[in-house]
Amino acid sequence: MSDDIYREIILDHYRNPRNKGKIDNADVVIHDSNPLCGDQIDIFLKVEEGQIKDIKFDGKGCAISQASASMLTEMVMDKPLTTAKDISKDEILENIGLTNLGPARIKCALLSLKVLKMGMVKYYSDKEPTTAEKMEKDSHLY
Amino acid sequence: MQSAELEINKIRKDFPILTRKINGKPFVYLDNAATTQKPLSVINKISDYYSFYNSNIHRAVYDIAEEATDAYELTRNKVGTFINAGFTNEIIFTRNATEAINLVSYSWGRKNIKNGDIIILSEQEHHSNIVPWQILAKEKNAIIKYLKINETGNLDLNELECYLNNNNNNNNVKLISLCHMSNALGNIIPLDQIIDMAHGYGIPILVDGAQSVPHIKTDVTKLDCDFLVFSAHKMLGPTGVGILYTKKNILEEMDPFISGGDMIKEVHKENTSFNDLPYRFEAGTPNIADVIGFSAALDYLNEIGMENIRSHEIDLTKYALKRMSELKQIKLYGDTNLLNRGGIISFNLGDIHPHDLATILNSYGIAIRSGHHCAQVLMEKLDISATSRASFYIYNTKEEINIFINALGEAIKLFQL
Repeated sequence: MSDDIYREIILDHYRNPRNKGKIDNADVVIHDSNPLCGDQIDIFLKVEEGQIKDIKFDGKGCAISQASASMLTEMVMDKPLTTAKDISKDEILENIGLTNLGPARIKCALLSLKVLKMGMVKYYSDKEPTTAEKMEKDSHLY
Repeated sequence: MQSAELEINKIRKDFPILTRKINGKPFVYLDNAATTQKPLSVINKISDYYSFYNSNIHRAVYDIAEEATDAYELTRNKVGTFINAGFTNEIIFTRNATEAINLVSYSWGRKNIKNGDIIILSEQEHHSNIVPWQILAKEKNAIIKYLKINETGNLDLNELECYLNNNNNNNNVKLISLCHMSNALGNIIPLDQIIDMAHGYGIPILVDGAQSVPHIKTDVTKLDCDFLVFSAHKMLGPTGVGILYTKKNILEEMDPFISGGDMIKEVHKENTSFNDLPYRFEAGTPNIADVIGFSAALDYLNEIGMENIRSHEIDLTKYALKRMSELKQIKLYGDTNLLNRGGIISFNLGDIHPHDLATILNSYGIAIRSGHHCAQVLMEKLDISATSRASFYIYNTKEEINIFINALGEAIKLFQL
């Protein structure tokens, strides 16, 4: 089982995370943690004309949480916010190739998606309050 | 294994769960600091209560209710004997050790802790021995001092002496509350010495025995501690049963914690008089089945003997530490002197996160704990976010430790350390 989880791609993203760091003049900075594991993720977003121009993550934690965050940044870089807004849990799990995680470890894999969506709610809350509200209502989806 | 040591194979047969396979491998359970497995005698004891004499205790006059009351109260007797309490009514049943500490902080603390008073804890306390005191301290404007631990996790008794020595009207230590054995590091504190120091200054002491009572012979009369808390489920018993021992003269002065049925003598529209000890502190229908089940756990431990349990665990811990220290990527925490520690080993393996390691070990059928072990103050002190933790009990074997070591080797390969 662990051989399935800790495949090369996960270990590669864990050891060599993409888009890791901070953005100084970010439009959105958001942080969350997983109280049970202590995984921590910060996400920094730079948005221009409805497009994610830059995204970086910072954090610490297990290989699954950090590799998942790294892969998520690649997934949404240069994508419209509207696309990022609709990413589902299943898409994340498929993207990182971990569709069989148990309930404890699935939280590690999905932490970065949760943080990204929280960040987008924060971003939308000034500009499009109705979108922010709808995202918050659907927050059980991520 | 030598000497009058435990007949492990015979013991293992008493635990049905140990025959399980996990991911196709024999189940190796090394998370005993979190909870222990249950022998068949405990499981049957609970099942017998529900099958043959299920009834509410303390009031009804028919036969099975008397049987249930007797069995429940017999457990109280056995607990008293197990820790050598002077009086049976010094034993209060709670839901767990956490609730027992909350009972003390609520009933004793609210009466005795005042503005500016000091409560002494240590940096290696479990959250259950921090948070209730923080809440009390906020409410009363009292102060919490944390005894520092050094790099091996030991307390500096000079620091304690300093706090006690400075005691005057402006700097008033009112309580010391410490774990006997750290759940994260396994360190055992020099309790005799600390209690002597505390009592030399007239300060009461609460001992969190959640990790020590299941593994080390505990004698409250000899120790002379004022409060002792522990949990049945960490010593072969069921979940949902905690024990609070409190010296009778202190308990008599304490107000009720939870109120309602069974803890009263008389109830009128305007006022209520409270029941005698220990019932004053056990409101409502208690966890009858599990308290009764706990008596079978105490019988089991008595049969094996606490001294034998301790020496078995020292033996296992010594072997495990030796094998683990052969791995060059490992960082071990806690005291290296086996007399100062219990069967708990906290460690990190290279830069593998403990949760990843626990997931890998699970695929080899091994259950270990990973995380901050409800001791975030300690993790901050050690400047780490988490550790992996293996902890032993009477049914663990050196063969299981070999399986564990081999799996650590596989993790090293997988992560290319």
